[in-house]
Amino acid sequence: MTQAPLVSFEGVVKRFGSYTAVQKIDLDISQGEFLALMGSSGCGKTTTLRMLAGLEAPTEGVIRLSGQPINDLPSWSRDTPMVWQSLALFPFLNVVENVEFALKMRGMGKADRRRRAEQWLDRMQIAEFAGRNISQLSGGQRQRVALARSLVVEPKILLLDEPLSALDAALKVRMQSVLKNLQRETGITFVYVTHSQSEAFSMADRVVIMSRGKVEQIGTPRDIYRAPRSRFVADFLGSSNIFSGELARDAQGRPTIVTDSGDFILPGVGAPGIEGQKSSLTVLDTRMQVHADAPQDVQNSVAARMVGEEFTGATATIYFETQSGQEVRVQKTHEELAGLDLQIGQLFHLSWSPSDGHLVNE
Amino acid sequence: MNQENQANRNPWVSGALKLYVVLAYLFIFAPILASFVFSFNSDRFPTIPLGHFSTEWYRAVAADPLVWEGLRNTLLVGVVVGVISTALGFGAAYTDYRYSFMGKQLYMALALLPPTIPVVIMGLAMLAFLSRLNLSGDALAVIIAHVVICAPFAMAVIRLRLSQMDPSLEPAAWNLGASEWATMRHVIVPFCRPAILGALFVTMAVSFDEFAIAWFVSGLNETLPVKVLGFLQGQVSPRINAIGTFVFVISMTLLILAQLLLGRTAAKDKE
Repeated sequence: MTQAPLVSFEGVVKRFGSYTAVQKIDLDISQGEFLALMGSSGCGKTTTLRMLAGLEAPTEGVIRLSGQPINDLPSWSRDTPMVWQSLALFPFLNVVENVEFALKMRGMGKADRRRRAEQWLDRMQIAEFAGRNISQLSGGQRQRVALARSLVVEPKILLLDEPLSALDAALKVRMQSVLKNLQRETGITFVYVTHSQSEAFSMADRVVIMSRGKVEQIGTPRDIYRAPRSRFVADFLGSSNIFSGELARDAQGRPTIVTDSGDFILPGVGAPGIEGQKSSLTVLDTRMQVHADAPQDVQNSVAARMVGEEFTGATATIYFETQSGQEVRVQKTHEELAGLDLQIGQLFHLSWSPSDGHLVNE
Repeated sequence: MNQENQANRNPWVSGALKLYVVLAYLFIFAPILASFVFSFNSDRFPTIPLGHFSTEWYRAVAADPLVWEGLRNTLLVGVVVGVISTALGFGAAYTDYRYSFMGKQLYMALALLPPTIPVVIMGLAMLAFLSRLNLSGDALAVIIAHVVICAPFAMAVIRLRLSQMDPSLEPAAWNLGASEWATMRHVIVPFCRPAILGALFVTMAVSFDEFAIAWFVSGLNETLPVKVLGFLQGQVSPRINAIGTFVFVISMTLLILAQLLLGRTAAKDKE
């Protein structure tokens, strides 16, 4: 038996005057999953989240929570607590009073709500700051207060709107694991809005990639990374090289794509589409090999001149340019690159196996 | 400022600037200071050299039942005006913060208009209007007239505070289960509390000082400033200095309290 989704968006549209922020979203969110809504600014991810929290009303369509339509339910009757980008902690209340707020609004007695708030402070490891003012806390501590304040009602779902954007890089990584563990332990559904690929891919069970108010792709981070469904997604992720051209068959009848940089054999799996159709081949930058001399026993290769390199910790990204002027990026560890004499301007040969290629729609 | 290189400053210019500030303040405060000094002087007329220190003018003022009545009227009017105009000002400021609607600019312009109207015209208009309602000459008339000029001050003070509020704060409260009324009570009002108290003091001080409109509409229920004019017209008495000093001290105290409240919150928010 499949479980009914906790949240479902059915044909949800949101327009602000003549501007359409969200166009026809259909999306199911199941109980206990960590879902990330990802996209660049203005893609409609935050509007989608705000509709779920009841801060915006959908222009069309139905949003259901536990099967019930919630379109007409005011924010305060929804039980969809949110962690805000600005955190929006109450500056005139101290830490424990902030955490108690939602319980107080639900009419819980003073002693009970204090006890429950303290349990959550304890759980978030900020019990010692209970009596402090918000202005006396560091960024990371405020983050934990904001989480405790939302989670204290023990909701079925928690909404997070770019909650880590104000933190420095090291703290961001630490809070990511705090969030992931918290989600796993509590089993609460997290809907996490972010523009950061690393945040979405490192925490979420499923990622929804949005662009201009539409869903471009929904899938696990691994699926999206390996098999972006459209050229937009491949571009957005920025981790693949994209060769555009026309579908064809080579002399042996194998499906190929004819591009400005050469003809490449396509992966055997999946229907390659109609010959003559415009399409794009994507190849992850980590799956490409670099050779000093033209390799013999490979099926796909292209000659390219090195134009630059960039070091990021354990790996290096080398930039090449093919004769037709297309940029190709290769990411390798320093060990893998050890034997090569990497000089800018030098000609190399880049190769990949057809099975590492992936065909996307234009 | 402290790190500024002293070599970049012309000592003459900076000296002249300091002198200018001192002179400007002297110009403003000298008459008040003179009034303060002569209120404790035993001589009948304000002349130099001074006589000896005396509190007889204060005693004379305190013995006058009409002064007490004036003070009672002033305090009553001041407190009521403070409360009403702060409530109205809060409502107007919150409307401006929360809603956008057609004609909002006009609404705000009208809300801020009263203090820009010359007081004599305002006083005459109030007199004409309130006498039609058979209210002129009543303490209530002074209250109504003062609320009209004080509410915009309250609105300005509270509006400034609301503009410092994180726009997510109110929806965050809704999101945590607080209805609009509960949010007003538990979030908006507590956030604005220093500004609300500040507005209360400022409006009281304005009402406490205001003379012209009160003179037009107060009739027999004279407030203290109106009473002072009555004294002046009858006779030149150092009692005026005593009352003037008293009114000045009260007004300044209220304004300083307001300033402290507003300044402290601003500093706290910056932390």
